[in-house]
Amino acid sequence: MNVLEVEGLSKHYPIHAGFLRREVGRVRAAEDVNFAIRRGETLALVGESGCGKTTVARCILRAQQPTAGAIRFSYEDGQSVDLAPLSRRQLRPLRKHIQLIFQDPYASLNPRMMVGDIITEPLLIAGVDPVERQARLLELLDLVGLPLAARTRFPHAFSGGQRQRIGIARALALQPKLIVADEPVSALDVSVQAQIINLLLDLQDRLKLSMLFVAHDLGVVRHVSDRVAVMYVGRIVEVAPTAALYTTPKHPYTTALLAAVPKADPALRDATFAPPGEVADPANPPPGCAFHPRCPFAVDRCRVERPSLTETAPGHLSACHRAAELTLTGVG
Amino acid sequence: MVEFSLLSVRELAVEFRADTGTVRALDSVSLDLRPGRVLGVVGESGCGKSVTARAILRILDRNGSIVAGRVLLDPDTPAETDLSQLDPESQRMRGVRGARVGLIFQEPMSALSMQYTIGNQLIEAIRAHNDPGKAAAREKAIALLGDAGIPRPETRIDAYPFQLSGGLRQRVGIALALAGDPDILIADEPTTALDVTTQAQILTLLRRLQQEKNIALMLITHDMGVIAQMADDVAVMYLGRVVEYAPVGELFHAPRHPYTRALLRSVPDLRATPRQRLATIGGAVPQPNARPTGCPFHPRCPEVIPGRCDAAPPAPIPPGAAGASCFRLEDAA
Amino acid sequence: MSGSLADERLAQAGQLRLTWIRFKRHKLAFISLFVIVLFYLVAIFADTLAINDPHATDARRSYIPPQSIVWFDDTGFNPHVSGLTGKRDMKTFKIAYVPDPNRKLKVVLFAHGYSYNLFGLIPTDIHLIGLQTPQPIDGIFFLGTDQLGRDLFSRMMVATRISLSIGLVSVGLSLTLGILLGGVSGLYGGIVDTVIQRIIEVIRSIPTIPLWMGVAAALPNTWSVVQIYFAITLIISLIGWTELARVVRGRFLALREEDFVIAAELVGASQLRIILRHMLPSFLSHIIAAVSLALPAMIISETSLSFLGLGLRPPAISWGILLQDAQNVQVLSGAPWLLCAAIPVVLVILAFNFLGDGLRDAADPYG
Repeated sequence: MNVLEVEGLSKHYPIHAGFLRREVGRVRAAEDVNFAIRRGETLALVGESGCGKTTVARCILRAQQPTAGAIRFSYEDGQSVDLAPLSRRQLRPLRKHIQLIFQDPYASLNPRMMVGDIITEPLLIAGVDPVERQARLLELLDLVGLPLAARTRFPHAFSGGQRQRIGIARALALQPKLIVADEPVSALDVSVQAQIINLLLDLQDRLKLSMLFVAHDLGVVRHVSDRVAVMYVGRIVEVAPTAALYTTPKHPYTTALLAAVPKADPALRDATFAPPGEVADPANPPPGCAFHPRCPFAVDRCRVERPSLTETAPGHLSACHRAAELTLTGVG
Repeated sequence: MVEFSLLSVRELAVEFRADTGTVRALDSVSLDLRPGRVLGVVGESGCGKSVTARAILRILDRNGSIVAGRVLLDPDTPAETDLSQLDPESQRMRGVRGARVGLIFQEPMSALSMQYTIGNQLIEAIRAHNDPGKAAAREKAIALLGDAGIPRPETRIDAYPFQLSGGLRQRVGIALALAGDPDILIADEPTTALDVTTQAQILTLLRRLQQEKNIALMLITHDMGVIAQMADDVAVMYLGRVVEYAPVGELFHAPRHPYTRALLRSVPDLRATPRQRLATIGGAVPQPNARPTGCPFHPRCPEVIPGRCDAAPPAPIPPGAAGASCFRLEDAA
Repeated sequence: MSGSLADERLAQAGQLRLTWIRFKRHKLAFISLFVIVLFYLVAIFADTLAINDPHATDARRSYIPPQSIVWFDDTGFNPHVSGLTGKRDMKTFKIAYVPDPNRKLKVVLFAHGYSYNLFGLIPTDIHLIGLQTPQPIDGIFFLGTDQLGRDLFSRMMVATRISLSIGLVSVGLSLTLGILLGGVSGLYGGIVDTVIQRIIEVIRSIPTIPLWMGVAAALPNTWSVVQIYFAITLIISLIGWTELARVVRGRFLALREEDFVIAAELVGASQLRIILRHMLPSFLSHIIAAVSLALPAMIISETSLSFLGLGLRPPAISWGILLQDAQNVQVLSGAPWLLCAAIPVVLVILAFNFLGDGLRDAADPYG
């Protein structure tokens, strides 16, 4: 059972120029993105800056209007609704099902509201009565590990990690079915990052949450996700169960990403290396496979024909012409 | 192994004046930068790693000042100079910056001006110290850009910084830091703003240049992975103090300080089993103005000795030696 | 989190408290706040503080130089002023005033003087300071008199009321226009935004003095003082709103992209709730700062208009009108005290500017 199905999702940003502001080009931030999130699983969306992972996340939340495609959200009774074409007003009653955990724990909390009010605002808007709101507030504070006294304090009294807990409590207030976590730990110190990751894992176990985890850090992703989708220049290039992706990657870009992560072991110095060149410009992507200029395995076909996402092993999809013939190295 | 240092920091203390009183940002920090070696300085926010770099270069913010300790350039030689005694604006100190110590910023844009081509800025930096003449300086600028791995340097030299990607800008930042032929480089989180593949490229480049030019590199980062890949020696900092100082192998395989151990355990693992929990350090790094008494780490330390660790701070690590600043180790010795 | 009591209080401090804590550190702004409060108190109690009827003219006391109270005489504590005898110097044709030691006019607190309505409501004739027994010609002239024998000190008190209130009313009007148009501009964007921005640019490109001259000349001569007063405030605010509109629009544009505003949107908050609960409190402080910087501009506008004879006209009393008397060099050489009317203008403008600076710095305690 899928909680969310994304089909053919594209988001283009027009580039305007000149006196008449004519459209002279388009940044294809996301192009024909397809994936599904199963009920109760965490799907990680991984890639470097500009790969479109944040755009996809914001389209799912309908903080942005997708250019094309469908975003189908399914209720537990099997009914589903396509969020993509809905207006702001139509979306409002549906918002409670999908909630966001922000990257920046400082900007995402209104500094002028007390923590209690921040966490219960979703309930207030949903029309929950004050008594019930207070009860839920206590529950939520306990759930995310914040002291009761936090209620009457303002966000400025909290550290980054604690603020992230406040943000998580707010996201959970409406008992959403799907959580979108947009790099929720990348702004935090290492020691605090671990606390928040563990919290997310615990919450998911207890509340049976489904989660889309957007990240650039493959280390964190390995801990939290059940499946991983790797994006490069607006497209998904590989989707696989987490262990399979790390041990037997089927796309050269995934290998490159894994190789580039600095491993916290001085004995593995030679295991860290970087692909040559730079990430392609999404306004002007190379023809064929967007990764071909940086790919050590590229052949003529890669330069002209764009590979489609195809299954190479059960549940393991790769957008690489040579996925079947190459043996790529992952990590142990 | 080279035993002499190009720059030695000795028992350095820095304070900042704030509205709420004085805040001690560095306390008894000692470090050694040796030719051809990379000193990794690692720690979380507020640990003082950037302040150390700024204090060495005497570019602290206006409300900060060195209140104790020495920053010795060419220690134990006739040319020994204590940088902490120089006027930050003096000719002498300006000469040290750039010509002896180069600085690489986290955000290269903060070192580059938008109004001038990268060539202009590089040539200016080259001619500021040892002017070889205009044409020769341009030649050298092109060579530096090439060294920094910029493709087609002879045309890129006339580009403006905004025309370059983040990775290329950081390469320009590195070329700029090398313009005065320094033998010491300080890189302050040089790859934090970059993507992982670009980060790997820049780290490889830094390592290559450092070895080729036999530079003493001080690499500041919060990332234990970067330390493992790059450093020869490591200083672990916490709340303004060096809590452990050790060669990289020792640090990762036999960490001495409880903080180092906890930090290493909390690093996410690329080989983790599904949904594997991470080891955590309780609490958060305190605000600098709420510094705990005694050992700064004691409120979060799993091995705290009540009545001991919270009374007075443990002795700092003796300069030039490997070790940790912890009562547990003092007791064991 | 287990901090001291002070920490806990800071943790629970809302925006107002944090702003206040920061504002108090700005010494100059803090002093300025007192100065401004003082000025507005003067404006409210102008008639009570005035000693002599600001409109009463008498050629026999033309250009009396500043006088001061004599506190003691041979009987001990006996605050009084001396009566003056004016004698015309036949060479200069100026009247020279000589104190008459025999006429001691006793000065008392809460004296009876001319009648007025306190707060415009309560008829009274009590004045803070005055002569025990009112005299037809003699009086207390702290800052001397003008050509028509009107007491400058009393006139300055009353002028404060008009000049400061014109500033307030015009800022109020500008603020309404500014928030409305700036808000619409920032919220809706697109064509509406473009049109409003172009209008603002056109208005700001018109040189103000000729514009004022034109509009002021168009005001009918037959209008009463009150009508002219409102016309002038309207003119000033029609130009003044543009700056505030820009501030408001800028804040709207910036806030729309803030994570916490997006967060509110994502939990299903209505547009109105987002504006009232999340956006408005975030830029209220900026508006207060903008207002405190706009006020002196408004006051200066009124003063210069009236000074040039384009604004209020006598018998209205404002700082500009008082300064009109000081336009003439010859007059000034004979009666330099008339320049005193410039002191409150300078003081109030400086105070508002310092206050504005202080507020702007303190306005965003989270910045």
